[in-house]
Amino acid sequence: MKKDARVPHIHLNQLKKSFDHTVVLDGINLKVNQGEFIAIVGKSGCGKSTLLRLIAGLEHYNEGSISIKDKELAGLNTQARIMFQDGRLLPWKRVLENVGLGLKGDWRQTAIAALRDVGLEGRMHDWPSKLSGGQKQRVALARALVHKPEILLLDEPLGALDALTRLEMQELIECIWEKEKITTILVTHDVEEAVALADRVILIEDGKIVLSKNINLSRPRQKTQQVFVNISEEILSRIVDPNEQNLRLIIK
Amino acid sequence: MQARFKAGIRRMIPWALPVLLLVLWQLFSWNGVISDRILPAPSDVFTAAIELTSTGELTDHISISLGRATLGFLIGGLLGFFLGIMNGIFRFSDLLLDTSIQMLRNIPHLALIPLVILWFGIDETSKIFLVALGVLFPVYINTYHGIKNVEGDLIEMGKAYGLRGSKLFFSVIFPGALSSILVGIRFSLGVMWLTLIVAETISAHSGIGYMAMNAREFMQMDVIVLSILIYALFGKFSDMVAKYMEEKWLKWKT
Repeated sequence: MKKDARVPHIHLNQLKKSFDHTVVLDGINLKVNQGEFIAIVGKSGCGKSTLLRLIAGLEHYNEGSISIKDKELAGLNTQARIMFQDGRLLPWKRVLENVGLGLKGDWRQTAIAALRDVGLEGRMHDWPSKLSGGQKQRVALARALVHKPEILLLDEPLGALDALTRLEMQELIECIWEKEKITTILVTHDVEEAVALADRVILIEDGKIVLSKNINLSRPRQKTQQVFVNISEEILSRIVDPNEQNLRLIIK
Repeated sequence: MQARFKAGIRRMIPWALPVLLLVLWQLFSWNGVISDRILPAPSDVFTAAIELTSTGELTDHISISLGRATLGFLIGGLLGFFLGIMNGIFRFSDLLLDTSIQMLRNIPHLALIPLVILWFGIDETSKIFLVALGVLFPVYINTYHGIKNVEGDLIEMGKAYGLRGSKLFFSVIFPGALSSILVGIRFSLGVMWLTLIVAETISAHSGIGYMAMNAREFMQMDVIVLSILIYALFGKFSDMVAKYMEEKWLKWKT
């Protein structure tokens, strides 16, 4: 894969977005390198999902710019595939047809291969309603990857899953990312998840980036490791606001 | 073996009540509890059916009625379907047409019979026009609402995954609206028979409704009851067609 160190894969410059006079994103600057794994954390309503939707081209920004490989983004971002929290599989299409959505030509083999990568080849003829929550998200992941996107956008895809399934999915996502080296942006409210997966964790608060932390730990990362715990604690303490911290101290 | 036997029983249960009723009716007719001036015995109705079939009269009337129903249903149904799709998808045609369609919908279409007779006389056109008009609105409303209620999230997903135009329509919008569209079809099949019966009874010189009205003039009670029974069977038949479509196309719901 060709890598150009000078031109960032995704470049957000003074990005502003507001809905009906409510400012959601207020001057976001961010450069994401080719093949980098970025995690965006923050409280709910901080604008992190909106940022992802802007990069996907699903919403229009008010000011600033988004450049993909130095080209200003106009309309849908065709190089990116987004994976949503609720999966959004089409209930009237079988698993295989869901994965093959939007593919052209001889799509079956490609779709079957993508399902094999997420370990669900055996369920390709089932209706989505027969799958568990984790399986649905795997199918959604296969559907995103089947297009060989250059950018993978993950909008809290593991938010609705139970703890064990989450761990499994995190491993799967890391494994696929290491294999394909797709530039990945993960939005999550789980700091541990962010630290476990990302090269860099970005914290957004009130529409602004307030923290950008490089995670230089070797993979796969041990969550019980002291360094890991320290980094997680550091980020978490920035999220929890001072008043709440006082409350914590009082309780202690 | 046992399972097949059980399945067979289960298939027969829905018909138990109609058959029982028929048997009781026959028994009461024989011992004179029901006078044949009020209601002819099922056996008499059956004989009338045989007689009318042998002359070819019955099959003629049935095929004429079926032809009118089908043609009217196709014209009205397709028009309602097309308008529902257009207004469900395109904002401009929605703005332009929906209000007018809603106003027309609120006129009971059977109230138009006198006008329709003056316009088209009592030949085929008037019956087909009335059936088409009656069928149009249920299909329209349900198609329209079906399309409007397709989850926006799924449409957004489809667009994000590169679906446009007809691909987006046939992969996401139409399947999402289909269950509502089928409800409209089922409902309009009922309206279709109702309209046809009324139209044929009031003004026609062929068809089941005409057969019943004609029989009244000669006090042929058995023929009147026969035509009513035929309508009941037709109603049941169209319901089965609607159910079959639902089972075939909405498999993913089970």
